[in-house]
Amino acid sequence: MAFLEIKDASKTYTTGKTRTEVLTDINLEINEGEFVAIVGYSGAGKSTLINLITGLVKTDTGSVLLEGKPVTGPGPDRGIIFQNYSLLPWLSVFENIALAVDQIFPDWTAAKRREHIESYIAMVKLTPARDKRPHELSGGMRQRVSVARTLAMNPRILLMDEPFGALDALTRGTLQQETLQIWEADKKTVVLITNDPDEAILMADRVIPLTAGPRATLGPSIPITLPRPRNRAELNENYDFKQIRAEVIDYLLKATDRRKSSITKALVLPDIEPEDVNKRRFLGPKSRPVRRSEIKQETVETT
Amino acid sequence: MNTKKLDWLILPILGLAIVLGSWHALAGKKVVTKDAQGEIVSEVRQGAIPALPNIVETWDSCKLYIMEPFAKRGEMDQGILRFTMYSLGLVAVGYVIALVVGVPIGFFLGLSPTFAKMFDPLIQILRPVSPLAWLPLGLVMFLEAGKEAGTLAALFTIAICSMWPTVLNTAVGVRAVPQDYLNVGRVLKLSRTKTLFKILIPATLPYMFTGFRLSLGIAWLVIVAAEMLTGRPGVGGFLWQEYNALIYEHIILSIIIIGLVGFVLDRLMSVVERRFKSAL
Repeated sequence: MAFLEIKDASKTYTTGKTRTEVLTDINLEINEGEFVAIVGYSGAGKSTLINLITGLVKTDTGSVLLEGKPVTGPGPDRGIIFQNYSLLPWLSVFENIALAVDQIFPDWTAAKRREHIESYIAMVKLTPARDKRPHELSGGMRQRVSVARTLAMNPRILLMDEPFGALDALTRGTLQQETLQIWEADKKTVVLITNDPDEAILMADRVIPLTAGPRATLGPSIPITLPRPRNRAELNENYDFKQIRAEVIDYLLKATDRRKSSITKALVLPDIEPEDVNKRRFLGPKSRPVRRSEIKQETVETT
Repeated sequence: MNTKKLDWLILPILGLAIVLGSWHALAGKKVVTKDAQGEIVSEVRQGAIPALPNIVETWDSCKLYIMEPFAKRGEMDQGILRFTMYSLGLVAVGYVIALVVGVPIGFFLGLSPTFAKMFDPLIQILRPVSPLAWLPLGLVMFLEAGKEAGTLAALFTIAICSMWPTVLNTAVGVRAVPQDYLNVGRVLKLSRTKTLFKILIPATLPYMFTGFRLSLGIAWLVIVAAEMLTGRPGVGGFLWQEYNALIYEHIILSIIIIGLVGFVLDRLMSVVERRFKSAL
């Protein structure tokens, strides 16, 4: 039995009269200790997919099972690192993590909790910034706090929703390496959601493409056999890496081409006709822009 | 020469001078006509607005109240700061009542769409009602309190008039709490109470303080009306009594003091407000 299992899940959002089927036929099996990355387009429903696992969003059909038990709502056994960090701005680094730790380990002594929090702050190298508030930290530092908060909860599975999406390329590279190091220490089960195939291949044991939405679904999983520990700089020259990357990108592009696209919303053009600036104008009333709707007769030259 | 540097000081003084000058020019002046024996024949006030006291008269008449600000010579004859203290005391109680009642109402409005739909129209109707309209109702409601009726009615009026900015800003603030913060609470399985105290209230505080500041402004505005109608000792009561006693100089003194106190209160509150805003 798989550690985490999603069976025939689908999700439709309804706003007013429009129904958008975001995800269909989602089937996923993840084993314990596995690092799985799901790669897809922006807006494909990646966040919805991860929220199905966190329980913040409920499936319309199908089910999500963690260790055989259905997921009915959010809980601390599934630690999530949110896309935008979701740190509480009025709490310091320590307090943000303490909020989680105090809630999840209420029967620990205060000293033990404190030690636990400090150790995770040290793990993400933020001890000097321990009492700083999120607005005093850089984007990379905030993401580290978020990582520390989630890991300090000691979740069964770690969910990462585009964790490095808002960071600049260099910081992203550093944080990817650091996250990998942390992961290799205890090999927790991880689901990483990303729009960057390179990031997915660098970090994961298995990459699963998510086709573009609406009606996004998961493609065949691609195992990444590159040896660990992996180094981004070295990978850039690696033949296998290039092969896998080509495969992932190829699949995503083709999957999009196969879909029939249709425009459901009428495109409204501005009701205005371009003015002929070359037309000479002498005295007389200044011409005003012509509304398209006022044009009675229109001739179009065809060649 | 760099004149810009002193603009912050010179321009306001210039503005003040213009206003004081116009006041003095428009105000009336006592003209005494005497006959040869030095007997006073007539005493008339002349000027654009004859009854309006000019600066000199106002100062002469008010000197005592300003120089001995805490003196108590009688129930309605006290130093101006002593009156101000009475007024501030009453405002403080009314304002606290407004906050204690207003904040929970704001939270309910922000949290429950049903509650909001039920009471929002009502609030929009009650909000613009003048303190002068509430006060008589207050007096009727607390009729049985006898001597204390005036005080209770004043408190009621202050509370009900100054509560609305707090109610509405709190509601807006609660609705504006980012879903991300609430998701953190959901993932951690925080209880309702904990979510309220650890996430909702801290996230709403900046909005609440904007409401608190606006409410304090209104509470101070209401005090004058409340004291006028109930005849309580205080700046507003003093103003009304001196109007009836035909000592118009003291009306001007009261207006200036009311304005200054209102200004100081607003400054103090905006300092507190900014502290909470910058914390985010």
